[in-house]
Amino acid sequence: MTTQTAPAIVPNFDDDTATGRKLAIICSKGNLDMAYPGLILANAALGEGVETHLFFTFWGFDMITKSRMHDLKFTMLGNTATHMPQGLGGLPGMTAMATHMMKKQIADIGVPEVPEFLEQIVASGGHLWACRMSADMMHLTEDDLYEEVEGIISAADFIEKTDGAQLLFI
Amino acid sequence: MPVTTIAGRDIHVDDEGFLTVYDEWDDDLAKRLAAQIGVDLTEAHWKAIRFLREDYPSQGETATLRRVSVIGGIPTKDLFTLFPKKPAKKMAYIAGLPKPHGCV
Repeated sequence: MTTQTAPAIVPNFDDDTATGRKLAIICSKGNLDMAYPGLILANAALGEGVETHLFFTFWGFDMITKSRMHDLKFTMLGNTATHMPQGLGGLPGMTAMATHMMKKQIADIGVPEVPEFLEQIVASGGHLWACRMSADMMHLTEDDLYEEVEGIISAADFIEKTDGAQLLFI
Repeated sequence: MPVTTIAGRDIHVDDEGFLTVYDEWDDDLAKRLAAQIGVDLTEAHWKAIRFLREDYPSQGETATLRRVSVIGGIPTKDLFTLFPKKPAKKMAYIAGLPKPHGCV
């Protein structure tokens, strides 16, 4: 005989949702600070069971280019949100220092560096795509790119792959 | 704060159903919670659940997926297999803990 009288309150994990939500994120920036928003949102979406595709284009190509992905930089120049005199940003060594400081702040809160973050996104089921035009412009092939990039595709291919998705341009 | 009855016991939960009192949880309850969301607990599941339980008191918040993989040593990919679609929330629910608040 069961004593279960009140109905149990069970969280709704949307397991029975027939059509999945999809997210497409276009990463177009190669600065360290602008690499993170797309990665964090992709990671969050994947953790919520959302099918997620990232498209790396123009400067965002640096995020998946083997020779550069470990070395993205943050600069104070042109960024008034640092609330520092703009002239300071142009001094020799300032970009290196600002980059170092930002990397430390990011590491301090347990957030991985860009290559490791991409690894985590792929492990969570995320899809990485490289922009055909960017590859052609920079004379790069799949060999130059992070191994987990699924392919170099055209903008039209990406739009087709992400049919019905919500889209973010960063 | 709602009270729900699971396995014949009164259990304090939040509006979504996540347990709010750390000590109301035990292994038997975990099995019932898992069953309610369609998860069949294996030893691999337990490893993750135990890590979450042990980590919570010292951290004061539920471990994120990244913490479970980096500190708990369970690969992210495995977590998505064990607790499909929403591993962080499902693990937290079965472990009788609040949803994780961390972004990453």
